[in-house]
Amino acid sequence: MNQIPALVRVFAYLSILTVGGGMAAFPEMKILTVDVHKWLTFPQLIHMYSVGQMAPGPNMMMIVSIGSWAGGLVGAIAVVTAFFGPTAVLAFLVARLWKKLERWPWRTSIQQGLAPVSIGLLLAGCFTMAKGAIFGVETAAIAVGVLLILLQYKVNPALLVLGGALIGVFSLQPK
Amino acid sequence: MSDAAARADVQSDAGIVPAVGDVSIGQIFLEFLIIGATSFGGVVPYLRGSLVTKRHWIDDKEFVEMLSISQSLPGLNATNMAVLVGEKLRGALGSIAAIVAICLPGGLLMYFVGNFYRIHGDHLWVTSALKGVAAAAVGLILSTVVGLSKKSLAGKFDFFFLALTVVAVNRLHQSVPRTLIGVGLLAILFHRPRKEQKESAAP
Repeated sequence: MNQIPALVRVFAYLSILTVGGGMAAFPEMKILTVDVHKWLTFPQLIHMYSVGQMAPGPNMMMIVSIGSWAGGLVGAIAVVTAFFGPTAVLAFLVARLWKKLERWPWRTSIQQGLAPVSIGLLLAGCFTMAKGAIFGVETAAIAVGVLLILLQYKVNPALLVLGGALIGVFSLQPK
Repeated sequence: MSDAAARADVQSDAGIVPAVGDVSIGQIFLEFLIIGATSFGGVVPYLRGSLVTKRHWIDDKEFVEMLSISQSLPGLNATNMAVLVGEKLRGALGSIAAIVAICLPGGLLMYFVGNFYRIHGDHLWVTSALKGVAAAAVGLILSTVVGLSKKSLAGKFDFFFLALTVVAVNRLHQSVPRTLIGVGLLAILFHRPRKEQKESAAP
């Protein structure tokens, strides 16, 4: 069955939800890609999202994997276009309007008002993900360890995610 | 604020930033391709190092301003920044070149990684490595939450709006757009322009 129209619809919709970062769309992405369209399972979504954090470039390129599973190379291209297109057009239009908006007093209000909501969406996405990623003492320890290291030291986060993989290989093998 | 706007208008005469149109589409594409291929662990510092420090295509003040626009709009910081910088340098074509280039390396990589995972994802060592990776990613997101909160939250009401957002999505199972509009409007109205703040509101 041709999944391309559904892929475009879903990812164009997810695109406009990414206020403050890709993670804001994660709860909705889980519902649409896993529960509704069954393009992948929840553990697979978590795995691809996490692996995507190690890749360079925009940190949501894991959507390419979903697109390619559901619709091959065309699916991958369709997903990327649908996901980045709408927000790119919006950013382009705002860039043109920005000088006028600078004197608009509500601009600061919008910025200040959206800050706590976008951080909240990020945290909500994180909790949705944690439900599938944290299951026991070891995984909780890895998450807390990474959090504490990043708060304390200036380390490249990609290295820590890679470190998580190594710990996983040695300590998270099913017995 | 009008002072800042006036300065922005004459910025191209300042001598540090090249006149708009000096940078070719090819140069934009190549520079963003390099950023897209090397920016492990978060794009923003790489963008700054390349566009401000190395190329002098934009200055630090413009960079901070573009980043704040990127953060208030939907879309990822990386792609919004690409669009804004591309637009400034070369208009619509510049934006397209920049966003395609910054997505290309990571997109190709995830295409192959995704296909590899589909074939080998159930191997024992792959699944156990991925469990560790996912747990580490949760820690990474939490650290972003803490970092952003320190930087951009002011006062207990902001924490209330944050908590309300989390509860709406995770506990009350409201959709993200409904939460965004509901809590967002509430928070924007709370931060509505007030006359006495007018002079000190410059970012």
